[in-house]
Amino acid sequence: MASYTLQINGSSREVDVAPGTSLLRVLREHLGLTGTKYGCGIAQCGSCTIHLDGNPVRACVLQVDNITEEQQITTIEGLSENSDHPLQQAWVEAQVPQCGYCQSGQIMQAAALLEKNPNPSIEEIKTHMNGVLCRCGTYLRILKTIELATSPTTLKS
Amino acid sequence: MLFIGASGLLPNFLSCSDAKGIQGNTKKHDITAWVRITEDGQITIYNPAAEMGQGSMTALPVIFAEEMDADWSKVNVEFSPQESDIYGSPGWQPGTKLMFTVGSRTTNSYYTVMRNAGAQARHVLLHSAAKHWEVPLEELTTGASEIVHEKSGKKISYGALVPHLTMPETLPDFTEGGLKDPEDFKLIGSQIPRTEIPEKVDGSAEFAIDLRLPDMVYGVLERGALHGAQPTLTNEADILAMEGVQKIVPFDHAIGVVANTLEAALKAKEALDIHWSDAQATGFNSQDIYPEYAQMASAPKKGSAVNEVGNVDQAFRTAAKTYEADFKNDYVYHAQMEPLNAVIQVAADGQSAEVWVGSQQGADTKLGIPDLLGIPPEAVNVHLQYLGGGFGRRSMNDFVLECGRLAQEMAPKPVKLLWTREDDVTYGSYRPLTLQRLKLSTDAQGDLTGISHCVVGDGGNLVAGGTRNDHYAIPNQWVEWREASHGVRLKHWRSVGHGPNKFAIEAMIDEVAHDQGMDPISLRRKLMADSPRALATLNKVAEISGWDAPVSEGRAKGVAFVEHGSLGTGVCEISVDRNTGKINVHHFWIALDAGVVIQPDNVKAQMEGGIIMGLSSVLKEQITIMDGQVQQRNYDDYPLLRMQEVPDSIETVILPSAEHPEGVGETATPMVAGAIANAFLKLTGKRLRHLPFTPERVLEVLNS
Repeated sequence: MASYTLQINGSSREVDVAPGTSLLRVLREHLGLTGTKYGCGIAQCGSCTIHLDGNPVRACVLQVDNITEEQQITTIEGLSENSDHPLQQAWVEAQVPQCGYCQSGQIMQAAALLEKNPNPSIEEIKTHMNGVLCRCGTYLRILKTIELATSPTTLKS
Repeated sequence: MLFIGASGLLPNFLSCSDAKGIQGNTKKHDITAWVRITEDGQITIYNPAAEMGQGSMTALPVIFAEEMDADWSKVNVEFSPQESDIYGSPGWQPGTKLMFTVGSRTTNSYYTVMRNAGAQARHVLLHSAAKHWEVPLEELTTGASEIVHEKSGKKISYGALVPHLTMPETLPDFTEGGLKDPEDFKLIGSQIPRTEIPEKVDGSAEFAIDLRLPDMVYGVLERGALHGAQPTLTNEADILAMEGVQKIVPFDHAIGVVANTLEAALKAKEALDIHWSDAQATGFNSQDIYPEYAQMASAPKKGSAVNEVGNVDQAFRTAAKTYEADFKNDYVYHAQMEPLNAVIQVAADGQSAEVWVGSQQGADTKLGIPDLLGIPPEAVNVHLQYLGGGFGRRSMNDFVLECGRLAQEMAPKPVKLLWTREDDVTYGSYRPLTLQRLKLSTDAQGDLTGISHCVVGDGGNLVAGGTRNDHYAIPNQWVEWREASHGVRLKHWRSVGHGPNKFAIEAMIDEVAHDQGMDPISLRRKLMADSPRALATLNKVAEISGWDAPVSEGRAKGVAFVEHGSLGTGVCEISVDRNTGKINVHHFWIALDAGVVIQPDNVKAQMEGGIIMGLSSVLKEQITIMDGQVQQRNYDDYPLLRMQEVPDSIETVILPSAEHPEGVGETATPMVAGAIANAFLKLTGKRLRHLPFTPERVLEVLNS
């Protein structure tokens, strides 16, 4: 066991875990941030997508040892104050989720795109979102919702 | 008539929710076993079905609220207790009451139950108001959460009636009369957002995998890659010496390890040194089995009859022309995004258990735990959680029993059992591999006179469903199943037999149309002459897809019809990369008749999802087995459809209907293979007859 300090959703958190433990397990099983999901463990499904210094990354393949005390981790729980990120609102508006299990990963992946590219083309959205699987088949609603949320004429205030 | 107590519906049987701390006007009072209300009018309706993304958490309460005349803005929804005597539906089998979310039958089997229960709740409120005002019940009417006595001009909200709630001696059975005229529906058929979606966009929706309890320990199992093999552990002492490991629990099919953290459990799992026995599947090679299946289909002895209409032998003897082809499909895996898991706590004395699980429920509402522990069903409390996908996999309780066994060993510590994705793939329970031999006959006018459909494969109903053609006027029909068995684990997979069987039927019909130079929709119009509802879906989809309009160069459209409770016809537009063999599906159009539709937008979502899952399975998915060993382990070697591969659009038109609601969750998926194969035939003149249509297979067909 070893002690690690992590910056998560704006707070400093300490965990005592075995070296080499994946960041995903630290978040879910040790810190109770269960909005980030386990789907494959090999960075193939994207259900565990979080932001590391603003970049979308797969928490399942990051080891806690490799995260510095300065790096900022954002999970779905920290994406917005009151679940009111424009994408979260648009997601509800368009009734995107079905089972919902992959949706934290989808939203975190999409939110990172919007930070860097507020007006992506449909092809840019598809490419950016390609790494996050959805078995229920909500892809078309995800696509449409990101498009609507990033279109200057429909963007909510 | 239902009587107090006997039905368990009236609240004197249940304890009113009087948990300490709940006071005053937020205290919940039972109206019936299905619904609670606070003095400030907040209504909690119980959903008896599993929520796996199909929307039961909204659809069933909407039906209830409709008849109760509840103000929907004040409705909250919770899972009902898992007690089938009270919350089960007789919709599966008259005389039984089951809680079972399978077969796309939730709305279908609960529609009348929820309407009656909602009307009964309204009756309790009317009865209470009548007593309170000392007026005849018959003089009262209801609006949104409000009772009105027009004669006196009195009005009272449902919430304000709480202090005056009195229970009638009996509850009328409104299924005999007294339910709303569907013309008067206000909630059913309107656009109502799904109740559980807000918690699915901020990570707060709780799945069983998210549970954390004090003193909880973690369990994992190593089950090997040969289904049915028995393990012998050869390094038990080494494993027990590993940090965090608490116990080794042997199973017939696996070795279980319990540890104080998930990472310690997984590390120990990796270190297990297991000798595996042979099993029935030893020596089985899935991709080499088809010639044997074809021989079985050719054997003179018939298999088990699944359906027989007229005399198909005679139809073939007198036919002007016959057509014959074999269709094949490989194994596919559910790939629900939440791997199987459960959390179970057995009491120290072993006499009770708490179970947290995402389950599609089952004939045993307590999921086998009472039998496992040797305790009565009422000693097991099942806390149903959201399901991170079901698709049929979560109506099998193997994982719940595994967790129960671990929890029994670790009592009173709660145990979280987790299947890794590798466990979930390799020890999956697949949609069976089959071969289907179809024969069609036509008479001198070219009309279809007979269809013979022989399914060869393992799994009985799993492979034989979806073979009937009740909406096609083919006078002579014969369906049979010839059994093969390999010891590979099998299970219902969204749309079950309909996937492979509708593919074969719909592709075969287009082969006849192609041979006759006839338009595939025109041919189906003839076949559907006696089935106006099916025909209406065909005509509507022809219209919205622009079937008769010219298609861009290099593209073609294909059609397929499916009945799975609801009736639907789908049309797709595809192109093919002739260098790589990759099929691109550009558009899908569906016309659907599902009877009364509770939530139109959700039905469209089910069509979209059904098509996407169909595309994924039809174009990409394949479990293969070599010498009994499952060859796939994770999403890298079992790829699913991704965002860049989706069609530009999936458009659904719902046909209006006042008929009883039919399921919609499995009507779209089985359209996909037939529609693509038929578009491919039109585009290339070649026939796709083996699922999945991987680029390699498509190239082979193109070059044949």
